[in-house]
Amino acid sequence: MTGRREELAAGWIEVVSRTLATRVSRAELDRELHELYSAIVEALGSGGLDTGAEAWTEVRALLVELSRNRARQGFSPAETAVSVFALKAGLERQLDQGSPGDVAAYLTLSRLTDALGMFTVDSYTTTREQIISSQAEELLELSTPVVKLWDGVIGVPLVGTLDSARTQVVMEKLLQALVDTGSAKAIIDITGVPAVDTEVAQHLLKTVVAARLMGAECIVSGIRPQIAQTIVALGIEFGDIVTKATLADALRHALRGLSDADSVRGRGASQA
Amino acid sequence: MTVPGRDTTADTVRTQPIVTSDDVVRARQLARTLAVECGLSLVEQTKLVTAASELARNTLVYGGGGRMDGEVVSRTAGRGVRLNFTDHGPGIPDTDLALRDGWSSGTGMGLGLSGARRLVDDFVLRTEVGEGTAVTVVKWTH
Ligand SMILES: Nc1ncnc2c1ncn2[C@@H]1O[C@H](COP(=O)(O)OP(=O)(O)OP(=O)(O)O)[C@@H](O)[C@H]1O
Ligand SMILES: [Mg+2]
Repeated sequence: MTGRREELAAGWIEVVSRTLATRVSRAELDRELHELYSAIVEALGSGGLDTGAEAWTEVRALLVELSRNRARQGFSPAETAVSVFALKAGLERQLDQGSPGDVAAYLTLSRLTDALGMFTVDSYTTTREQIISSQAEELLELSTPVVKLWDGVIGVPLVGTLDSARTQVVMEKLLQALVDTGSAKAIIDITGVPAVDTEVAQHLLKTVVAARLMGAECIVSGIRPQIAQTIVALGIEFGDIVTKATLADALRHALRGLSDADSVRGRGASQA
Repeated sequence: MTVPGRDTTADTVRTQPIVTSDDVVRARQLARTLAVECGLSLVEQTKLVTAASELARNTLVYGGGGRMDGEVVSRTAGRGVRLNFTDHGPGIPDTDLALRDGWSSGTGMGLGLSGARRLVDDFVLRTEVGEGTAVTVVKWTH
């Protein structure tokens, strides 16, 4: 593998670049694969065939980096693994002219390539999972906007299926927004929520109680008929929590509350 | 014991494993899909989906995970959706207590099981301590 180094490496890069075509620059591939190739040759020279061993640390590090880059660039697992498996194609070409000794060596290297290929796919998968879960977190943040509806009134439109994690994020954001904006009223609008179960209801109730402890009032709006009937059948009681059919009703209620509070403090509602 | 919805021409059964909290959401979505296919009204759909949510979460939280099998079933009077939740968890020692409104062995509202029973038309709870729990529910079109 050392002897026909350039030839082998060239054959390898050839196959890989044909698959990845225009999406990775030839120069980058050249650099990446030459580096990898040297590392493999070195590991073979010093440490035998156990790719999990110390001698293969460098190779593994390069493969992790390679698969990480491919995953980030949106390549498929197959497109990523080809970078390693194509090494075989290069070897096969040499085999045509080879001796029986070459065949044994080919089989050994082939097993080695398989092990490295599997390793590559594994680290690709790990990276993909990391990417996906961080995207999910970002989405969670994005999909739970807290908006200022009026001076002193914030609103949180809940949209889509609520799981525990999401409901928790929304509720924490809402409480924080009450503090940040100095608001006394919060409207939680559930028009876009397809179902309210005990878990969601419990989060809602806890938020309302927490807001109350902070001196703020929460109003739940957007309770559609099918949700109302389901809540009743489930046996959930919203107690003295103000609920309204529409966001407009809720806002009207909130503003009325604010102007009452204002006149008590001797401030005109127009200033609010 | 009679199993509700049995003795009917069964459609294909679709299975959702319940292992993570994401699976609870998926179980809910499968329940919704079946409810729409079966032609349940919006209110009935919402009730079934909410019951599925409760039972799937119990399967996960108390049963330590399990599965939901769902299918569209039919009888002479119409069609329905049957959902079957099974786990091999600790089982429920006192089903009367578990089905009491407001009773929870944990920190829940204690309304999931009893509420789910009210949300569907047929409800059968089979449980054995140390063996596991199976809850079968059916919601029929009206
Ligand atoms: N699959 C199960 N396996 C074992 N125990 C269960 C199972 N399902 C329910 N239980 C028991 O029954 C009790 C009542 O269940 P239920 O769903 O009504 O209330 P919860 O889950 O505690 O609270 P909530 O559903 O209102 O959030 C549970 O606290 C639990 O002890
Ligand atoms: Mg429950």
